[in-house]
Amino acid sequence: MTAPRTTPATAPAYPLRLGDDALIAAQRLLQWCARAPQLEEDVALANICLDLLGQARALLTHAGELEGRGRDEDTLAFLRTEQEFTHVQLVELDNGDFAVSMAKLLFFTTYQELLYGRLAASTDPALAALAAKAVKESAYHTGHAAAWTVRLGDGTEESHHRMQHAVDTIWPYTHALFTPDALDRAAAANGTGIDPATLRPLWHERITRTLKEATLTVPDDGWAPGGGRQGIHTEAFGYLLTEMQALHRAHPGARW
Amino acid sequence: MDKDEHPLAPPGAGELLAEVEAAHTALRTAHRTTPPTATGTGAAGTPHGHGTAPDEAGLRAHFEKVIADDRKIEPRDWMPDAYRRTLVRQIAQHAHSEIVGMQPEANWLTRAPSLARKTILLAKVQDEAGHGLYLYAAAETLGVHRADLLDALHEGRQRYLSFINYPTLTWADTGALAWLTDGAAIVNQVPLCRSSYGPYARAMVRVCKEESFHHRQGFDSLWALTHGTPAQRQMAQEAVDRWWYPALAMFGPPHHASVHSEQSMAWRIKRFTNDELRQRFVDICVPQAELLGLTPPDAHLRWNDDRGHYDFTPPDFDELTRVIKGDGPCNRQRLAHRRRAHDEGAWVREAAAAHAAKHRTPHHGPHPAATTAPATVDEAAADEAAA
Repeated sequence: MTAPRTTPATAPAYPLRLGDDALIAAQRLLQWCARAPQLEEDVALANICLDLLGQARALLTHAGELEGRGRDEDTLAFLRTEQEFTHVQLVELDNGDFAVSMAKLLFFTTYQELLYGRLAASTDPALAALAAKAVKESAYHTGHAAAWTVRLGDGTEESHHRMQHAVDTIWPYTHALFTPDALDRAAAANGTGIDPATLRPLWHERITRTLKEATLTVPDDGWAPGGGRQGIHTEAFGYLLTEMQALHRAHPGARW
Repeated sequence: MDKDEHPLAPPGAGELLAEVEAAHTALRTAHRTTPPTATGTGAAGTPHGHGTAPDEAGLRAHFEKVIADDRKIEPRDWMPDAYRRTLVRQIAQHAHSEIVGMQPEANWLTRAPSLARKTILLAKVQDEAGHGLYLYAAAETLGVHRADLLDALHEGRQRYLSFINYPTLTWADTGALAWLTDGAAIVNQVPLCRSSYGPYARAMVRVCKEESFHHRQGFDSLWALTHGTPAQRQMAQEAVDRWWYPALAMFGPPHHASVHSEQSMAWRIKRFTNDELRQRFVDICVPQAELLGLTPPDAHLRWNDDRGHYDFTPPDFDELTRVIKGDGPCNRQRLAHRRRAHDEGAWVREAAAAHAAKHRTPHHGPHPAATTAPATVDEAAADEAAA
């Protein structure tokens, strides 16, 4: 199937990186399944995972169609190597305790909500349509993560410490969400994508509001690890990807 | 049908779903036509109270009449303590089975071989958590609390279905498990949609509709394997070899050896014997297996024209007993996983409670204490079949 011709054309690598963000976030979050602190949370986390998987599948499919080399969602998910994945490192980080997972979710989905909100006006109609749908899902995810951040921050002494520690631990990895590279700039310039740097002020304002309500301290900016967009990942990612791809790779060409 | 043409639904599945729909319609009709009485608000029209009313003989007679008339007992109606205990045990065991049953399937979530299958499997595991939620809610209408039931599960005082204690060794096990054990669960549970206890019957209607989806997805997943590579076909056959008997054992011991069956049938909590249900399951499954090109691991399986049923070798009930008593391949692992998730989540639940307490409006009191003790070990152990 050939991609609908848009003017100007979307670079396939652009939806691919957004799809990788969603896919790897979902794959990591899946590890909570049947392990959540309570049954309601098992349902909620599965819901969030399903939304993220849905976004990932649409974005990867779109990227494959734009590319025009016959790669479908599964080829892109299961047959690329570590260095070919361009998600931010934040989403691949280990789940840690429930506080770390909620900090990751809050930071990431707030970014996604703001990004999708703007992408809904993309000059790429397919990207605009899927962003318009995804932004509603992200709003729910953000609300869920924010509610837990507040409950844990303003809960018991133990939960407060854990939540503050989680926020401090994850904070450095948020900078890469807003660091544009040449691909982002080109996508922003031709109207298909967004310069992520423009999202940070509102992101910071919303996160600050939530952390304040949670009686937590907003960390200082400092160390800012990056590289995910260029295929440089943390050691943890190799294990995540190996587990995800093992069965698919063991049966080349099989259909499931 | 052409051997390679994918059936839209496995044969036999539609008939069961029609029974669920009929039960659902009957429930709705009952709600519309049962007139309220001066003595109570329950659908059965009995006074409130839990066995402390002065005229117990009258209450009991009324209860028996509601059962005999095939109407519903509702939470505020009078009911014998043994009826309440039986229901708590059965519904709790069912709820526990849903939540512990998430584990063997979650085992393959991170390794699912395509994004579509990953999505389908996750949606199924999520449904199971949802079933757990509304079954615990149904149990709570009987005066127990979820936290106490979970304690009973974690301390081994209440059980869950034995098949969950078998491992999912390959991807095909997720398909075989869904096709066979969800299929067996539907056969077991469809009659429960007409259970005499209203909240249980209503919960079962929802559960059965979703289980029917799961059963179809399992069939579909196996279909893809049996129409795939030789390695995939072998994987599917070996998984069916592993799951056939655990699924057949889900119907419990033979009727003559089932401790609770007689009373549960008299109360119309349960409506068919274990043996009748097991036969029905085999009769439904064999044509489906043929369509899939898979062979159940039973050399004596054949159609009997005289009986109008398949003859088959029953499960090894000694093995069932061993697994129920805790010595299946995964009993320790499943329970340890549950306990660990529960223990590691304790600080989160405490934080949520502390936060709620800080921000609570003054008129909300604490959660009332449980009024009914969980079932004993013996009752739970003997009850594999009753659920």
